[in-house]
Amino acid sequence: MSCNCQCSTEKKNDPRFQELDGIIKKYKNQAGSLIPVLHKAQGVFGYLPEEVQSYIAKGLKLPLSEVYGVVSFYSLFTTVPRGKYVFNVCLGTACYVQGSGRIMDNLKKELGLDIGETTADGLFTLEGCRCVGACGLAPVLTVNEKVHGRLKEDDVPRLISLYRLKEEQGSK
Amino acid sequence: MISLNELKVLRDKSRAEISIREKGYLAGSNMDFYRSHVLVCAGTGCTSSESLEVRNGLKEELIRLNIDKEVKVVETGCFGFCSLGPIIVVYPEGTFYCLITPEDVKEIAEEHLLKGHIVSRLLYSEPGTDKKVSDFESIEFFNHQKRVALRNCGVINPEKVEEYIAHDGYFALAKVLEEMTQEQLIEELKKSGLRGRGGGGFPAGLKWQFAHKTPGDIKYVVCNADEGDPGAFMDRSVLEGDPHSIIEAMAIAGYAIGSEQGYIYIRAEYPIAVHRLEIAIEQAREFGLLGQNIFGTGFNFDLDIRLGAGAFVCGEETALLTSIEGHRGEPRPRPPFPAVEGLWRKPTLLNNVETYANIPAIILKGADWFASIGTEKSKGTKVFALAGKINNIGLIEVPMGTPLRTIIYDIGGGIPNGKKFKAAQTGGPSGGCIPAHLIDTEIDYDNLIALGSMMGSGGLIVMDETDCMVDIAKFFLEFTQEESCGKCPPCRIGTKRMLEILEKITKGRGTPDDISQLETLARTVKSSSLCGLGQTAPNPVLSTLKYFRDEYEAHINEKRCPAGVCKELLNFSIIADKCKGCSVCAKVCPVGAISGVVKEPYVINSETCIKCGACMEKCKFGAIVKE
Repeated sequence: MSCNCQCSTEKKNDPRFQELDGIIKKYKNQAGSLIPVLHKAQGVFGYLPEEVQSYIAKGLKLPLSEVYGVVSFYSLFTTVPRGKYVFNVCLGTACYVQGSGRIMDNLKKELGLDIGETTADGLFTLEGCRCVGACGLAPVLTVNEKVHGRLKEDDVPRLISLYRLKEEQGSK
Repeated sequence: MISLNELKVLRDKSRAEISIREKGYLAGSNMDFYRSHVLVCAGTGCTSSESLEVRNGLKEELIRLNIDKEVKVVETGCFGFCSLGPIIVVYPEGTFYCLITPEDVKEIAEEHLLKGHIVSRLLYSEPGTDKKVSDFESIEFFNHQKRVALRNCGVINPEKVEEYIAHDGYFALAKVLEEMTQEQLIEELKKSGLRGRGGGGFPAGLKWQFAHKTPGDIKYVVCNADEGDPGAFMDRSVLEGDPHSIIEAMAIAGYAIGSEQGYIYIRAEYPIAVHRLEIAIEQAREFGLLGQNIFGTGFNFDLDIRLGAGAFVCGEETALLTSIEGHRGEPRPRPPFPAVEGLWRKPTLLNNVETYANIPAIILKGADWFASIGTEKSKGTKVFALAGKINNIGLIEVPMGTPLRTIIYDIGGGIPNGKKFKAAQTGGPSGGCIPAHLIDTEIDYDNLIALGSMMGSGGLIVMDETDCMVDIAKFFLEFTQEESCGKCPPCRIGTKRMLEILEKITKGRGTPDDISQLETLARTVKSSSLCGLGQTAPNPVLSTLKYFRDEYEAHINEKRCPAGVCKELLNFSIIADKCKGCSVCAKVCPVGAISGVVKEPYVINSETCIKCGACMEKCKFGAIVKE
């Protein structure tokens, strides 16, 4: 809900909210615009915190409850920030019969995360998804856009080190 | 706006440019064009295994060798042989190279494209033989297929409307607009016998007729591209490989029912398909194939894309429409059916991608041609995503009525690692399985229903003897339980209770009355759920109970998992005769459950063992067994 602190002026100066203004303006008069706006907003902010949801509700003249209802219904929308590298293990049938369940177990153990959680350093998020469509490479997982296929259980630690190393090299 | 005559001119010109990819093309017969085309698969499967790096490498090599004006690199849609990706095909020879890595590119460019020598080490060989096959049409995998819906996938560049037009693209639309009344068009479709490819198999012509007959000044045409079944990627491949065929078919549907606006509802998880669709819609608008006064006939039609947001239930038609309207994607009771009251309460025609993909072919080749393919009640072909424990994983299209055996052994190349075929699962979480003894079943809508499965959208997952059917049933129930939208109690609560029973059984805590409880629950959920998701959710359980009841009983009565999958029911032990006492197992055991003296047989303490299987993997002597 709208509050009386200075955040509205902060928002005015925040380029992300300026971009959101443009998105809302573009879709405002189209029927069924809420979901496209949420997609774009998540693209801008990375996630959909309450303040973004209430901003959209106001902009599209919808009750916040409706916006929240839609956000919480669809699994691609998230209200918490996600890690820099999102490990998404395919749990589709083809990958499952090729052992993706064990890959997932290993990742849970190695990262100390449950599905949907993010490491404290904000580096890794663990997710499970339904079919990437690369069944020929089963079992697969994706790290952001990159697909890693034909995995074996002991590939998991190697893969995590690979991204840790990438991060260290990047920060140097 | 393009006229029919201009379209013909464009077709002939584009056809000449790509004729090099046709059979019987005489090398060097047309010096105006490139002497060779290299088609690189740019579908999701191949791009996941670096086909774009291969493409970039090829382009660089062509420039380096100074043959980039003679040889053209073309991105195309899915060839279907996904397990061999990345795939490239070189024309005019039709040479099929597979499992290409970016490191192979230099050799292909220098040897084949420059000198004309085929690089035989990169050719395909049939499973179990060393014989290399160069011409891809003689590969067994392709031999038994008939491509109608996939006719342009792997043939044209999906990002170029000209190549679609070269293959008679948009001529079906021109034909209906210029020569056919709405009624004639619908009659033709009814005569073809085409049934909805989304799962239910409702006759498409009838659906069109309902939407046509419902009065209304505003009507909508919708394409269901929310392909959510795990392990199914038929629709994605059509959209990635031949997006214009869907656009053309939707415009035809618009004409048939009197609609000027269409929506394609597609999963956000398919970025390549979305991108190609956007390009295709833009090109169609540019050429006046979408928009106002198409072919100067006064017919208007335009399309918009709507992205899903990761809710499986939105594949159900009423939920999908609710989602396009911008709400939570919850289904509503039918009737009224969408044809009467659909999107924004207006009459709406809704078909899935593969159904639409067949339409232009039916219009151009005729209903009789289409009806001549398939079985008595299931006409035409069906696309399947073949995956799981099978050698040739990929996308196939076969005439309806093709025996499962042909799909598994002739096209699929059999089961890997010498394992035995156990069952094929069709219809995803709504379907069931076909056990090994019914392998000669001819696949069509009615036979699958009779077996307690269903066609579904076309996922076909093969399982071998190491797959536990109780575990598979649990896997699907987990899926439907998670994806149940929660609106109606039978689905929300019923699937949860069923899942709990299955978890209990797989953990070794099953009791004899569990099976009958599962059956009672399954009947209730099936008969009283609001939408297709709940109505079909119990199918995987019922079907495995029907064909693999003994496995359930082994879990419950003997606390044993015959396939060796359910961890809690496994017991690892060391065969003393085979154990050399090397101590490797004791070292890898994460909980210290293995003990012994070096050079003497070791023992596993089953009390502490967590059944991770690490010891078994590491033992070089095969001395560790699980049962």
